[in-house]
This record gives sequence, structure tokens and C-alpha cells, in this order.
Amino acid sequence: MTPSKTSQARLQIDQVHHDNESPLSIHDMTVAYHRKPVLWDIDYAAPQGKLVGIVGPNGAGKSTLIKACLDLVPRASGSVRIYGKRYKEQRSAVGYVPQRESVDWDFPASALDVVTMGRYGRIPWCIPPGKSDREAALHALNQTGMGDYANRQISKLSGGQQQRVFLARALVQDARVYFMDEPFAGVDAATESAIVTLLRELRERGRTVLVVHHDLQSVPEYFDEVLLLNMRIVAAGPTSAVFTEENLQKTYGGRLTLLSEAAEAIARNG
Amino acid sequence: MTEWIWSIDGWIVAAGAFAAMACALPGTFLVLRKMSLMGDAISHAVLPGLAIAFLITHSRGVLPMFVGAVIVGVLTAVGTQVITRYGKVESGAAMGVVFSIFFALGLVLIRQAADHVDLDPGCVLYGNLSQIPLDSLDGSIPPAVINVGLALLLNITFVGLLYKELKICAFDPQLATTVGINANVMHYLLMIVVAITTVASFEAVGSILVIAMLIVPPAAARLLSDRLGTTLILAVTIAATSAVLGHLSALRGPKWIGLDSSVSIETAAMIAVMTGVIFTLTLLVAPKYGLIGRWYQRLGLALQIVREDMLGILYRWFEHRPDEHILKDDLLKAVGRGILARFALGSLKRRQAIEYVGGEGIRLSDSGKDAATKLVRDHRLWEGYMATHFDLPLDHLHEPAERVEHYISEDLSELLKQEMGDLGEDPHGRKIPE
Repeated sequence: MTPSKTSQARLQIDQVHHDNESPLSIHDMTVAYHRKPVLWDIDYAAPQGKLVGIVGPNGAGKSTLIKACLDLVPRASGSVRIYGKRYKEQRSAVGYVPQRESVDWDFPASALDVVTMGRYGRIPWCIPPGKSDREAALHALNQTGMGDYANRQISKLSGGQQQRVFLARALVQDARVYFMDEPFAGVDAATESAIVTLLRELRERGRTVLVVHHDLQSVPEYFDEVLLLNMRIVAAGPTSAVFTEENLQKTYGGRLTLLSEAAEAIARNG
Repeated sequence: MTEWIWSIDGWIVAAGAFAAMACALPGTFLVLRKMSLMGDAISHAVLPGLAIAFLITHSRGVLPMFVGAVIVGVLTAVGTQVITRYGKVESGAAMGVVFSIFFALGLVLIRQAADHVDLDPGCVLYGNLSQIPLDSLDGSIPPAVINVGLALLLNITFVGLLYKELKICAFDPQLATTVGINANVMHYLLMIVVAITTVASFEAVGSILVIAMLIVPPAAARLLSDRLGTTLILAVTIAATSAVLGHLSALRGPKWIGLDSSVSIETAAMIAVMTGVIFTLTLLVAPKYGLIGRWYQRLGLALQIVREDMLGILYRWFEHRPDEHILKDDLLKAVGRGILARFALGSLKRRQAIEYVGGEGIRLSDSGKDAATKLVRDHRLWEGYMATHFDLPLDHLHEPAERVEHYISEDLSELLKQEMGDLGEDPHGRKIPE
């Protein structure tokens, strides 16, 4: 094959198989850490306006899936589209809530400071956030029930309150599709129900939310759709159809010996 | 040289203060990003960059110096990342590998360069603050002061313009990258600024002590403030103060401590010592995070616990003997006597929670009774809660409740009441007061 034909073929692959209406369309994505594959051949199209739970055992690649979609970790192969476009062109359409432990809460900042950061993406470089940004941040803090804590140093907040600050920060991003990495981890009951209410409000406003989730019991109650993940997609679709004993067994039970062995072999010889 | 002479000491302090202030700005972000050692690494590693620039240009021109520093600064940052990733070592070890080798290379090269350029290798390592005024005998501004002044201006501009970008990248680099503020790019920008600042500060403080200017004032400022903006301003203020105090003590210091006052002390070293002194003082007396403040808070808590223990004892005493009083000495003995117990008793009296009967007898006042009732209620409700949820034998309940009762806030107390409902009695069969 001549080089021009190769690039033509690539171009074609690039164009096919992406659902331009979908908030998140992943085509044949493989992700590797230090050459060791952690996600294999992911194909997925998220439905518009739904709450999607991403579920799977530890080390299944749930966080990696999100990070690979947001260009935070490199993809070994495959492509991702947000409403038909590359992530780089769709930043303003996407909101991200990283794991709470991923940041240093001793950082000298108030809750309001942190929430205002959600607006930084839409402010040009070198321009400080303005009054409207702070007002939006205050509004979001009120929405998450954290209005009284706007000026509190973030290390003085409880775990649940810190998580709400993160959610408020996502709200001011005013995105069309949200990626949340374990927002329910280590939060109190009041925060958990506040988050659920918020997720439902987002859905009512036509937003799509993908949530990495650990507590299997609450999956049917919280999520319209579920994506069962263990290095590859075990099953994905409406919770009522997909969240079955059999699929869970496949996700959490029997280890995929062959897949892990292959990954180890690639890591060793790569 | 112990008298202050403006045309000499003025320039020395200006150079020292500008250098320290310039370092404090990027230094604050190094400290907040927990990569202080990177400042040390870069300040050492830029040495070969300087030497090569000298060797190539045969001059001590400012521009080649900065270009050399920037290139090596970036190489250090890249080298550290590459070695961390592929060398299977943590970043501290990777930095150690990169900067010690670069520094050694720099030492070799700077000797070579010294033969070509009018340069004293020692000046690069230790700075040459006291010689700076010699360049201004004709009344002009010494070049070294201009260099650090420019570095300070550059850093003020850098932090001023990119404040929001530096802030988000320091707090949450992942979010920064997803919203289009590339944290990696900002990381390298910061490293370049650190490299330029350290090079500009060489003549003033030398490459070895520059780390003190980068890290210590921001670390002290961090203890005093909970906001990024004030932390930066305080760091710069502490840096400037250290420079002034450093030079003053270098002038007068030998006399103060009874040394031969004709021997001068190196000002750069005294500036570094002063940053250390200010840091130590801050660590001791900072209102929120200082050791004394925290110790005082703990003392207050200890006192409160003894006070509440006394109230509890008094309550339980009067539960059975409502008409009798308790002897002061018995009460003190019950909480283990000691100075803390006496303080607690005095403080209860001042708060009018207790009343003396006769000379030595003590009983609860009305307000004391209210406080004691709340304590005992929380204590017994907690015992009830533990008995319900933990399935513990009866003799396991009192101790934990005794510890917890001091920390039950109004909110928690309300929750406890809701959770336990109208229990009436604790697991031991004692009445839970309303």
C-alpha cells in the first residue's frame, strides 16, 4: 500500500462508526499504561440525556476510561468523539469531576475559589475571573447546599462538603456532558442524596452524566444506563436490561486469565 | 565596615531584597505543588548552562547567560520526568541524578570558562553581594542590581498575568488540562522562570543559597495565610524583610555576639539565616498553624475536658444526694488533682457554674446544672446508641462515652436524640435527663 492510500484508509476509519448525535462515542479504543493494556477495544456510544453508571471491580479501568476520553491519558489506538467532534474542539461541552483524593485540600483557597476554577476554561488566558464568574460560582454553591461555606478554607470542609464543592465546580462549567469519577466515594448520607438530586436535575435539563460508581446496590435506583467494565466492556445498555446477575458475574467473577496474561506479555516484551 | 553607608549598603540591600523577592514568587508555587526540591535541582543544574554560555560567547553578557540557563532548566525538568518514568525511581532520586551530574559538569566547565572570562567561580557558588557597590562608584546603578530587578519585574508580570492559570494548575492539574489550560506547559513555564530567577540571583546570593530564597519565605507565608494571594504577598514581604535584616545583622552581628567586629560576615548567608529565623518564629507563633497556637488550643481543650468531667461528677453526686454538697478536695481528687484540675475549678467558679457552700463545699449553680444535664444526657444517650449498634457488654460502654461526651456538638446532640428517640434510661438503667 502506498503512503497516500494508508492515510486515506485511516481517514475513512476515522470517519466511520461515530454517532454524531451521541454525547460520547468511543470507537475501538485501547489504552495502555507503560505499554501494558488496561482497556481493550472499547466501543461505546452514550445515549443522550441519561445518567450512566460505569461499574466494575478495582483495576477494571473505570477512571482510565474517563481520562482517555478527556485526553488526560494517551490512547494506544481508537478514537473518541464528543457530539461528533474531537475533545479538543468540545472542551466547553464537557464537565469533569476528578476523584476527590486527586487534589491537595490543604491548598490555600476558599470553597468559592475552587468553584470559580470551573469557569477558567471560558476566560481567555491572562484575564482574571470577573464578577459574573464569582456570581455563577456562588449560585452553584447554593445549588449544592454549600452557600454558607463559600469563604471557608477548603481543608476545613468535611469529605462530603469537599465533594459538593467539586460538584458545584462542575455545575459552573455548564457542560452538556459530565464525567464524574466516584463522586459518591466516602460521602455522608446527606451529601449522597444531594448528589442524586443534582444528577436528576442535570438530566431534566437534557445533560448526560457518566458516573464511575462503586456501590452496586444503588445502581438500579440511580442510573438509567449502566456500563459494566472489566478491561473490556462486558455489557452496556439500559440498567433494567443489562444490570443482571449473569452480567455482574461476568464483570466481577471469573478473571479474564487470557486477557491479563496477554497484557502482562505485552508489558514484559514491549 | 559597621556603619550604614547608603551608596554601599543601599545597593547591597537592594540586590539582596530584589533577589529574595524575585525568588519568593515562583517559589510559592514550587512549595504549593510539593516540588520544592525541583527549585534546588534547577538552581544547581543551571551551572553548566552558564558555563557553556560563557565559553561560547567569551563574555558575561546577560542574554547568553539567560538562554543557557533556560535550556538547562528545561533539560532538568525533562530529564527528571524521563528518569522517573523509565528509570523506575521516584522523582526525588531522579532529580538527584540529574542535578548532581549537571552541577558537577558545571563545576568542571566553570573552571574552564574562568580562564576565558573575567569570572570567579566562587562568586557563582556563593554570590558576591559585598562587591556589587564597587560597580557603581561612578554613580550608576550596578549591573547586578539591574539583573535581579529585571528578574523581579519579570516574575511579578509572570505571576500577575498568569495568576489564574498558575493557580488552577497548582491545585488541580487534571481539571486545568481538561479545560484547555495545559498543566504540562505551565509546569515548564514555571521551571523556565525558576531557572531565569536563579541565574539572575547568582551574583547576589550564589547558586547554593538561592534555594533558601525560593523555599523558606513561601513556606513561612503558607503558615500565616489560607489564601493564595495573601500567601504570595506575605512571601515577598518576608523575603524583603530577610534581606534587610540579613544585611543589618551582617554589619552589626559580629559586635552583638562579641566577635571581632573588623571581620565582616557574608550578607548573603545572613539573609538565608534570617529567612530561617523568620520561618522558625512563624512556626512557633503563627496564629492558626503555629506550634504555640496549637499547643494553646490543646491546653484549652484539656481544660474544657477536666471542667466537664467535674460537672459530670457533680451532676451524678446530686442525682443521689440532692441536698448535700461535695467537698472541694474530693472533687479535685476525683479528676486526678494537678494544676489543671485547680485551673478548671477556678474557671468553673468564674463562669458561675458552681457555688461554694460554707468554705470547702461545692454545688452546682442553675446554669451549671443546665450544662451538666446536657453532658450527662449526651453521655447516656451515647451509651444507649453504642449498646444498640455495637452489641457490647455493659462494662464496655462508660469509657467510650466518657471520651465522646466532650465532642458532642449541638447538632450531633440533636441527631443523637432523633436517632435514639425517647429512650428514658441508659443501658445501666439510669435516667436520661431531659
